[in-house]
Amino acid sequence: MEIFALFDCIITPACLISQTAGGLKIGMLLFLVASGLTLVFGVLGVINFAHGALYMLGAYFSWQVMSITSHFGLAVISGAIGVGIFGLLFERLLINKVYNADLLVQILLCYSVILILDDLVMIIWGDEFLSGIGVPEIFQVPPIFIFDAIIPPFHIAIILISMIVAFLLWIIMTKTKFGKLVRATAINPKMLEALGVNTNVIKAGVFMLGSFLAGLGGALAASLGSVVSGMGNSIIIESFIVTVIGGMGSISGAFLASIIIGMARSFGAVAMPLFTDGIMFLIMVLVLVIKPEGLMGKKK
Amino acid sequence: MKRIGKYSRRKILKTTSAAAAALTLNSSFPAILRADNNIKIGVPTILSGRVAQLGISVSNALKMAVNNFNDEGGLDGRNIELIVRDSRAKPDEAARVCRNFINSDNVDAIINAEASGASFAVQEVVRESGTLCLHTVSETSRLTADPSIRTWNAFRFSRQGIHDAVGSARYAASVIKEKGLKKWMSVNPDYAYGRDSDDTFFWALERFAPGFEILGKGWPKIFQPDYTEVITQIAREKPDAIYTSLWGGDLVSFIDQASLYGIFKNTQLFAINLADYTTMSAVKNLPKGLHSATRYVAAWPNTESNRNYDQSYTNLYGDHPTNWSWEASVGIDYLISAIKEIGNTDNNKIAEYIKGKQKESFMGVGEGNTVTIRENDQTIVDYSIGWGTTLPKEPYMDNIQAADWNTIAELEKEWLADKGWL
Repeated sequence: MEIFALFDCIITPACLISQTAGGLKIGMLLFLVASGLTLVFGVLGVINFAHGALYMLGAYFSWQVMSITSHFGLAVISGAIGVGIFGLLFERLLINKVYNADLLVQILLCYSVILILDDLVMIIWGDEFLSGIGVPEIFQVPPIFIFDAIIPPFHIAIILISMIVAFLLWIIMTKTKFGKLVRATAINPKMLEALGVNTNVIKAGVFMLGSFLAGLGGALAASLGSVVSGMGNSIIIESFIVTVIGGMGSISGAFLASIIIGMARSFGAVAMPLFTDGIMFLIMVLVLVIKPEGLMGKKK
Repeated sequence: MKRIGKYSRRKILKTTSAAAAALTLNSSFPAILRADNNIKIGVPTILSGRVAQLGISVSNALKMAVNNFNDEGGLDGRNIELIVRDSRAKPDEAARVCRNFINSDNVDAIINAEASGASFAVQEVVRESGTLCLHTVSETSRLTADPSIRTWNAFRFSRQGIHDAVGSARYAASVIKEKGLKKWMSVNPDYAYGRDSDDTFFWALERFAPGFEILGKGWPKIFQPDYTEVITQIAREKPDAIYTSLWGGDLVSFIDQASLYGIFKNTQLFAINLADYTTMSAVKNLPKGLHSATRYVAAWPNTESNRNYDQSYTNLYGDHPTNWSWEASVGIDYLISAIKEIGNTDNNKIAEYIKGKQKESFMGVGEGNTVTIRENDQTIVDYSIGWGTTLPKEPYMDNIQAADWNTIAELEKEWLADKGWL
């Protein structure tokens, strides 16, 4: 453990800014995926293991639109919307059949969907990994230097986009009628049905929104690297860690936990480069021991 | 007995029946009914997941050679039948597939196109059964370098980590001399291959260009989507050079993400696994001047036979061969020669034939463009190892320098002695 390296980094502006910006970018990309996961769990009570596969679909959809239109913005939005629509179908045709089923049945269903989607994308787009959609031309410029810290402008854009999404999500969940209905569905769906609200529509809407967020995360990830079948498997583990740390079902908890994980990865690489994954799990264990309901979760 | 000319009726009947039977079996009879007469070769490989394309490229290369053999009439009419199955890159699955080949399919030989972990599992299966096995993918040196793992019936036709490491370090030393690269970092996948590659590269570099300093090492997970923490570490340390054994989609993501930081403007990248067509063509904006070993490119070795090999493969499959393709091609070429020479599939005789055999090959850089299966450790040597710099478009590689096999052999001995394997 290089604790002195970490100390040196914290007192050096270049290192501090560089690692903080890096941590924010990691955390914000993670938030996009994890917020959808926690939203679905909080309202529907379903642990959607197939959420990573939806993230992968977002990357493939955006790649497809990019290869046809060469328009970055359209590719990212289409990727997110495409996965949102896919999520709606997924919920209507499959997930809603297992809302009250045993956890094992839910997991088996999701696992089946992961395997099917992983193979399906290989049949449609081929077995080999695809080159990503790349960075839009406007961001293909030299990085910005702040106190000698290097920050790519595209990373700033990703952080801003994710923060705007987080803000909009907060507005939707707290200030709109839909948000109130979603929260009410999570607490007492039967009462809502007695009041004449069609909770199936709310549930489908929530799953669609969660899928949209996973698709958006995948589409943005496609701009930073290759696109490949099974790429959702690694992000799903980190998303679950975020969900547990932040509190199952808490969007603000997911936001906080994503930043914590991002910073842990970024500064962990300075102090303990061989243990960055371990740090994430360690934080999760600590939270589970000290505050089992998560940092922003509610006690049941 | 009635005679027709100098032949008896019985003799004529016997001869014509035998000829008719032979013709029936070898041509007009349905293939499925003749299947047992075929020479069967079992091929466990990876046909699903992130490296499926490499497994497919092995299958393509093998089919190309086998089809030629069969079209020429096979071995006295016996065709080679390839049975290619997916192991999903899992060692236990590779061992199971391999056992099935031996026990249920009664294969005559195994061509093992598995990555390192699964190759060790396959090695144990063939050690027990005594089935001839050609390893054509695993690069972990230990598979053939460690005498306790070696077995009489298994041969390596794939690159070996220590050979590549010495070739890489020798090349890196020449760049160090030219550009004065003192401060190094490394980024390697966090599993056995990445750690071996890191160890052997810096071990060899110490011998060619001592006095360098290692500022730090990044160990991203295999298939990690985001390399930001490693890249910020590089941006902070500002090394003169980086060594990486990342491969495939991981290497593509790393280069794409590091390019955003402008890392390659002032830092030399030595990427041992970059120069394979599938990888280079996938990098969004492949920077000019990155250093890479030539995994497989038509431009190296710069010979007509290599260009012909690339052309034949490309004509058939619409894509270039991969590093895994050439390794499989050389392996099956040896096996077919052995079968033709011996006239049957006796595993003992084939093993004896292969051991120490020098053979002309499109990837050979030995005397007369040959490769050799070294007798003492049953591993391929004198295959083409080159390093050069990247170009953004085809032919993708420039300024390629050949590795010197005498130097490789010399340092390999020292390394084996260090390991206690000599």
